[in-house]
Amino acid sequence: MPKDGGIGASVVRREDTRFLKGKGRYTDDMNRPGQTYAYILRSSLAHATLNNIDTAAASAAPGVIRVFTGADITAAELGGVPCGWQITDKHGEPMKEPAHPILAVGKVRHVGDPIAVVVAETYDEARDAAELIDIDMTDLAAVVDMRTAETSGNQVHEEAPDNVCYDWELGDKEGTDAAFANAHHVTTLEFINNRLVANPMEPRCAIGEYDENDDNYTLYTTSQNPHVIRLLMGAFVLSIPEHKLRVYAPDVGGGFGSKIYHYAEEAFVTWASKEIRRPIKWTADRSEAFISDAHGRDHVTKAELALDAEGKFLGLRADTYANMGAYLSTFAPCVPTWLHATLLAGQYTTPMVHARVRAMFTNTVPVDAYRGAGRPEATYLLERIINKAAQEMGLDQAEIRRRNFIRTFPYDTPVALQYDTGDYDATLNAVMETADYAGFEARRAESASRGKLRGIGLSCYIEACGIAPSALVGALGARAGLYEAATIRVNPTGSVSVMTGAHSHGQGHETTFAQVVSDALGIPADQIDIIHGDTDKIPFGMGTYGSRSLAVGGSAIVKAVDKVVAKGKKIAAHLLEAAESDIIFEDGQYKVAGTDKAKAFAEVSLAAYVPHNYPIDEIEPGLEETAFYDPKNFTYPAGSYLCEVEVDPETGKVEIVAMTASDDFGNIVNPMIVEGQVHGGLAQGIGQALLENCAYDEHGQLVSGSFMDYAMPLAVDLPNFVVETVEGTPCTHNPLGVKGCGEAGAIGSPPALINAVVDAIKGYGIDHIDMPATPLNVWTAIQNASAKQAAE
Amino acid sequence: MYAFDLARPADLASAVTSLQTEGAQALSGGQTLIPVLKQRLSQPSVLVDLSGIDSMKGIRRAGEFLIIGGGTTHGTVAGSAEVASAIPAIASLASKIGDPQVRNRGTIGGSVANNDPAACYPSAVIALGATVETNKREIAAEDFFQGLYTTSLEEGEIVTAVKFPIPVAATYQKFEQPASRFSLTSVFLAKMGDGSVRVGVTGAGADGVFRHAGLEAALSADFSAAAVDGVAVDAGMMSNDLHATPEYRAHLVKVMTKRAIAALS
Ligand SMILES: Cc1cc2nc3c(=O)[nH]c(=O)nc-3n(C[C@H](O)[C@H](O)[C@H](O)COP(=O)(O)OP(=O)(O)OC[C@H]3O[C@@H](n4cnc5c(N)ncnc54)[C@H](O)[C@@H]3O)c2cc1C
Repeated sequence: MPKDGGIGASVVRREDTRFLKGKGRYTDDMNRPGQTYAYILRSSLAHATLNNIDTAAASAAPGVIRVFTGADITAAELGGVPCGWQITDKHGEPMKEPAHPILAVGKVRHVGDPIAVVVAETYDEARDAAELIDIDMTDLAAVVDMRTAETSGNQVHEEAPDNVCYDWELGDKEGTDAAFANAHHVTTLEFINNRLVANPMEPRCAIGEYDENDDNYTLYTTSQNPHVIRLLMGAFVLSIPEHKLRVYAPDVGGGFGSKIYHYAEEAFVTWASKEIRRPIKWTADRSEAFISDAHGRDHVTKAELALDAEGKFLGLRADTYANMGAYLSTFAPCVPTWLHATLLAGQYTTPMVHARVRAMFTNTVPVDAYRGAGRPEATYLLERIINKAAQEMGLDQAEIRRRNFIRTFPYDTPVALQYDTGDYDATLNAVMETADYAGFEARRAESASRGKLRGIGLSCYIEACGIAPSALVGALGARAGLYEAATIRVNPTGSVSVMTGAHSHGQGHETTFAQVVSDALGIPADQIDIIHGDTDKIPFGMGTYGSRSLAVGGSAIVKAVDKVVAKGKKIAAHLLEAAESDIIFEDGQYKVAGTDKAKAFAEVSLAAYVPHNYPIDEIEPGLEETAFYDPKNFTYPAGSYLCEVEVDPETGKVEIVAMTASDDFGNIVNPMIVEGQVHGGLAQGIGQALLENCAYDEHGQLVSGSFMDYAMPLAVDLPNFVVETVEGTPCTHNPLGVKGCGEAGAIGSPPALINAVVDAIKGYGIDHIDMPATPLNVWTAIQNASAKQAAE
Repeated sequence: MYAFDLARPADLASAVTSLQTEGAQALSGGQTLIPVLKQRLSQPSVLVDLSGIDSMKGIRRAGEFLIIGGGTTHGTVAGSAEVASAIPAIASLASKIGDPQVRNRGTIGGSVANNDPAACYPSAVIALGATVETNKREIAAEDFFQGLYTTSLEEGEIVTAVKFPIPVAATYQKFEQPASRFSLTSVFLAKMGDGSVRVGVTGAGADGVFRHAGLEAALSADFSAAAVDGVAVDAGMMSNDLHATPEYRAHLVKVMTKRAIAALS
């Protein structure tokens, strides 16, 4: 049984009080004395040379303080927006890494590329003045389709011939070819993993403020990882040393990956605030977010699966084009490679896997990690091709998976990972039982009686969370470490302030982390505050993404708590006149083992700060400890999802009748928050599979650039989710035994849903449909298949 | 948005006067106009807020007609007992527009004046052969809608009410565009007192809302799904976008018409 408010309890989220009352404090809620406003004039063309920018009229407009262009950035010798990960291609050459200036220089490369910034007394004055800027541009042919980018003859960057950023591979090519040569059956699938716009509720915002007295800078920003921004912006763009730069990300209204990256606007407001000696605020509106926030996914893949006569997987090949967009966003290069190809073993014993990935530059918004980052793409690839193989070989979709499950751990995959633990039968059994897989055909018949086509789709995902250890990711090209830091400050009267490098932007860390500390220290959660987001308060941090916060950040907290308790024992031993080795700490008490002598946590804390009776020769006063935790391995959450849909064959509309998720997240700190995280992931996974379609036309114009055309999932689109977690296999290498749950829903659900849609319409001879399965796409697929059937 | 002056007339006459100012524009629920202004796609000098004009609000039945004031919100229409008893299809149509926030601001006058090709109301207006009443005249539905976002309203003319003949039976079958949730292809079908059947289609036409003569003739003769099968719906007159091809829209016209028949059978 969980302790009250401790690990395992569904404690209500403390942060929700302020969020639900509208009292959250977001970046745009902040206003600095003397603040000015920036309006960014962005390119309306996808690809063009910038011949001349005339800012004279804008500079003279009412309220305008200064107008900046690329020329100012060049003159100030600022660095470009850096990339945080370097991929080495299959020839051993570094990826092509073209410059990404803060404001366009010479050329614009996507609709939304910033050309000029007007800084004025008010936002409206800045925007009015921007209309007076006269830009002389020469339109160039745009590179839009990544599949033809190599041969299009048009260059996004001179430095990247044929628009290839890198051509990379992983796995044993000869071995995989041999496996295919011996196959009984080969299934081939060509598909698109559709481009998405993250669309967090809060658009990005940044305020730069320069303090002349101390010669230091503060950047208030909508970030998932303020220390990473300080590192990238300070070191690579503006040459501001860390001690002169504070980055503060207060409440952040959702990120889903899109707020990991360092963006040009952050560097601009920070730098320019010194130029004009006043704070500068920039806030994106929704239209701007569509063309300036990094997009997600966008792969085109050809996959092949080799099987023996029993349906055992012999080998897998994947050939993927991954769209990088016009510039390399912070983690873009690692998403289709180390976060994607490494997951292609999935839950299966496939002995041979070979993946090739070509990353392409196009005249579109940069693409980077979005909830799941690479792992949804890998899961979709595998789980779709497995269902296609089952369909071709006449095997049940659950049975074919069972025949291939990994059942011994630790398991070394052919694509560089070692799974520490897992139990894939457990989640598959659970989901099949909960969703009544056995009773499906009766439900299919009932739907048919109403003219509806019912389908059921399974997906068994695995993901790699808490990307680590630092030495490994460094070898793979990361330009940073991937540990986490925490400080436990025990205040004199025994309350606790926890400084964590993880950043909460919807995940509920203030609640969960307090539960972890409450459990470990035996003090009530209301005695514990979680502090995050401010580089001036937190020792260091790598932030929140990749479901790493609890597994890595929580582990750092546990390590720091351990240090506090160790020091406390020394103090208690002195106070209790016992040997340190006889002191045990439980339920918030330091006790002398085998006696009734004890000192409460708060008494020991007070002694540390009022060291009258204290072992001052042996230990320092005070009770504050910091730990940095570098994980030994990734964690491997896994699960099975079953989706049931009804397709209306007349309109092509898909209705989700049921979505059942069974996950193994290892140990669970707060079941309610975990369930909520899965719900959110499911909504976004369903959005990708059914609704969201980020479409460009051949000129590089974003056709779905607003909510009028970009379909977000609404409550009416979603069924009542059934979400369960199995007993689970705790992670073997972190102190909490936790794995991470933030992305699972978005990873497991798209293939389950598409498998269900294909199952529903397979009677027409359909074996694949691309996402999103909109009414138009489903209807068109049925039309084409019916025409084909009629012709045969 | 650009700066503008705001006039808040309390009666129709002062609204008409205010609208005579150069560059003046009427503002009703603002559910279309405000987003347009925010994007700086329009720059009126004066916005004349019609929401304070009581005479433009309300719903009443006059003999064989249901009259809805131009300033009446979709929410009011959706919840009105008068509408529910006279033409329940209109209550149902209004209840499917946008979300509660939109329905509590947006008005029928704004909707018909805007003539968005994906708007719901215009299909009811033409299918029922309603009359659009303005501060100057009465305009028959046929003459009112003039293609995408275009009506026969003159500069400064205000839609004060829409007068709907009460049909024997009617239904609105909406098929939503997946993103905007406006109409992708929707059908308003009415059986009139004279035995005729009228079919208004919105969301689909390249020139905006239209009546389908072929469907009307076939259904007036034989009110059945089979009759629909025999009618050719020309994809050539349909619009094309990310969400639907002309062929898909033409197909949906028939599907929604059949659903309308089923709903009334
Ligand atoms: C999120 C969202 C979803 C929506 N979904 C739907 C939907 O599903 N179906 C649908 O049909 N609509 C939908 N709408 C549009 C909504 O119905 C609007 O209310 C309507 O289109 C305009 O009405 P309004 O009162 O808001 O007009 P306004 O926005 O105030 O004005 C619109 C135009 O009409 C003019 N105008 C306004 N009133 C009059 C008048 N009395 N006389 C003459 N000219 C006038 C204005 O000058 C302006 O040009 C949606 C809107 C939003 C924001």
